[in-house]
Amino acid sequence: MTFDRDARTALADGQLRGALRHATTLFGERRRAAIAEVPDWEGARDRARAIKDETLLRLDRYLEQFAANAERAGARVHWARDAAEACEIIARIAERRGARTIVKSKSMASEEIHLNAALARRGIEPVETDLGEYIVQLAGETPSHIVAPAIHKTRAQIGALFAEKLGTEPSDDIATLAAAARQALRRRFAEADLGVSGVNFAVAETGTILILENEGNARLTTSLPRTHVALMGIEKVIPRFADLEVFLRLLPRSGTGQALTAYQSLLTGTKRQPADEGPEELHIVLLDNGRSRMLASPVTRQTLACIRCGACLNACPVYRQIGGHAYGSVYPGPIGAVLTPQLLGMGESADLPYASSLCGACRDVCPVKIDIPAVLLHLRAQAVARRGSTGTGTLLERLAFSSYAAVMARPRLFEWVMRWARRLHIVPPLGAWTKWRDLRPLAPRSFRDEWRAGLRDTAGS
Amino acid sequence: MRVSLFVTCLADQLWPAAAVGAVRVLRRVGCDVQFDERQTCCGQPAFNTGYRPDACALARRLIEIFESSGADAIVSPSGSCTAMLHHYEQLLEDAGWRARARALAERTYELSSFLVNRLGVDDVGASFAGRLTWHDACHGLRDLKIREEPRRLLHHVRGAELVELPPASAETCCGFGGTFSVKYPEISVAILDEKVDAIDRAGVDAVVSGDASCLMQIGGRLSRRRSLVRALHLAEVLASTT
Repeated sequence: MTFDRDARTALADGQLRGALRHATTLFGERRRAAIAEVPDWEGARDRARAIKDETLLRLDRYLEQFAANAERAGARVHWARDAAEACEIIARIAERRGARTIVKSKSMASEEIHLNAALARRGIEPVETDLGEYIVQLAGETPSHIVAPAIHKTRAQIGALFAEKLGTEPSDDIATLAAAARQALRRRFAEADLGVSGVNFAVAETGTILILENEGNARLTTSLPRTHVALMGIEKVIPRFADLEVFLRLLPRSGTGQALTAYQSLLTGTKRQPADEGPEELHIVLLDNGRSRMLASPVTRQTLACIRCGACLNACPVYRQIGGHAYGSVYPGPIGAVLTPQLLGMGESADLPYASSLCGACRDVCPVKIDIPAVLLHLRAQAVARRGSTGTGTLLERLAFSSYAAVMARPRLFEWVMRWARRLHIVPPLGAWTKWRDLRPLAPRSFRDEWRAGLRDTAGS
Repeated sequence: MRVSLFVTCLADQLWPAAAVGAVRVLRRVGCDVQFDERQTCCGQPAFNTGYRPDACALARRLIEIFESSGADAIVSPSGSCTAMLHHYEQLLEDAGWRARARALAERTYELSSFLVNRLGVDDVGASFAGRLTWHDACHGLRDLKIREEPRRLLHHVRGAELVELPPASAETCCGFGGTFSVKYPEISVAILDEKVDAIDRAGVDAVVSGDASCLMQIGGRLSRRRSLVRALHLAEVLASTT
């Protein structure tokens, strides 16, 4: 795990921190303004969470209902147990359809399964068409934010990247840069044989999928190529069409501070008539990849209520300083710190639950009221229970907590230890603290000394 | 009203002026204050780092101590430790202990919330000359929903002028986070520096907060940066009469 090292690298990057501060502050302000217009924001959050809880308790039933209704409308539904299976399913569809170029609209699930690499290995070229994702792909990087993938880059850096990769005139004008990307992408859309999209919500009672976006690229991805593959985590299903109302109220406002995204595409099955718009084939891939494990307990289950708005990233003081890449996981920030260890297992991500000051800002902004600090604490307890007493650092920490607990359970021992520490001016070896901060010394007399020395008897003073 | 002081180990050993201040203020508004010397730590460091059995043992211990006090209320000069006591119910697994934890949490208050919400007191008769700003400690603000209470109390302090930091700064974490501050000191200090910059810009004499932990973090950095701004606990300001 390289979280510590990568975080320090990020902290030393002035451009990154400037870009992060600017963007997360802007998102935060827009979100605040957008939710102020909603009469009963708290009520909407509670309703949305109740719908998610209801769905997750009977997830198998709602998924089967969704699959049946989607297939009735002409879609083909595939069940993928893990990332490898999902990649295999999508690559096979592409090969069967003879696809050489695939256009993709934004999908964190496709990042989670590392779809682009899997496709490239089989000689299929994936092209990201969301502007942020396109920038990240051109730069050979990964998204650093679940809603704004290129949040870590400044305008000037993007201008330089476009000049290098697309041969455009260097510019830091947003309209010029967007136009350059649009021109390059239109050509790719025209030649693409298949489109891959994510899914924001899947409605069980109708078999409909909803995709939210601002650039129109998702609409092109899902309608222009002859084949559309939609990839979704199994937690994206909701029971009823009418449930969309509350989620549409919450998601854009929480994510980008918009009342509504520029485009909302509701897709039900394939095109009915040859003259209609839309794909000939629609494949929906339902991805588990560790999700069903989280259903086991209420604490972990709430992680699956997440609607991927990214508000917790923008609000998190840790994310705001270090950005997404330092987390070393596809999903960064507070939600990433709880999601990744549960998806991949604690082995490679045991540091992530500790990457938080537990300030709770994430819980306050979460549109579905996920108690992220509670999940972090649950995962920390798991990390401690699981790693046993191997490793020097671990052993020292365990020893420290055992001694702490032993002393704190014995008030006279506690007092004796503190008295001698005070008398001998023993300072704990806290180099990690004192390198940047002065350590407040023990008070000459503790409160309990003061109490006994007369405070107890001076009522009225 | 009979009040049992939940001093917290940090205030007891490192910031006794906060605890002494709390006792004086509580007595000034007419409370009979007791202190049980058997109390030590609430177990939060163990709980937050993942050492649940250790945290549970300390939780059960503190529940027994405060149950035996017979006080009408347990009051603490710390939002964070008060919030920990409110978390006991979710920490303990046994139904009997959970019920006892809930009963204890119901009569346990952070100082400002006790004064304003339970006693209905806004003015504790304090005076303190200087420009002050308030740092919202996270657990008080977000777990206990304490926002207006300390501000109302500070507004009534004679001679004091309360200067608010920009909204995003006042409510942002100081970066302490217990073991987080030594596990990831660079991130902790990067977060802290934004807070300290905002405090510096506010042109105040002191930053006031309800938690000794945040004050150690903020004060430690202010002092390292040779700032003249002091870090003070709310109880110190409220106890002041000069």
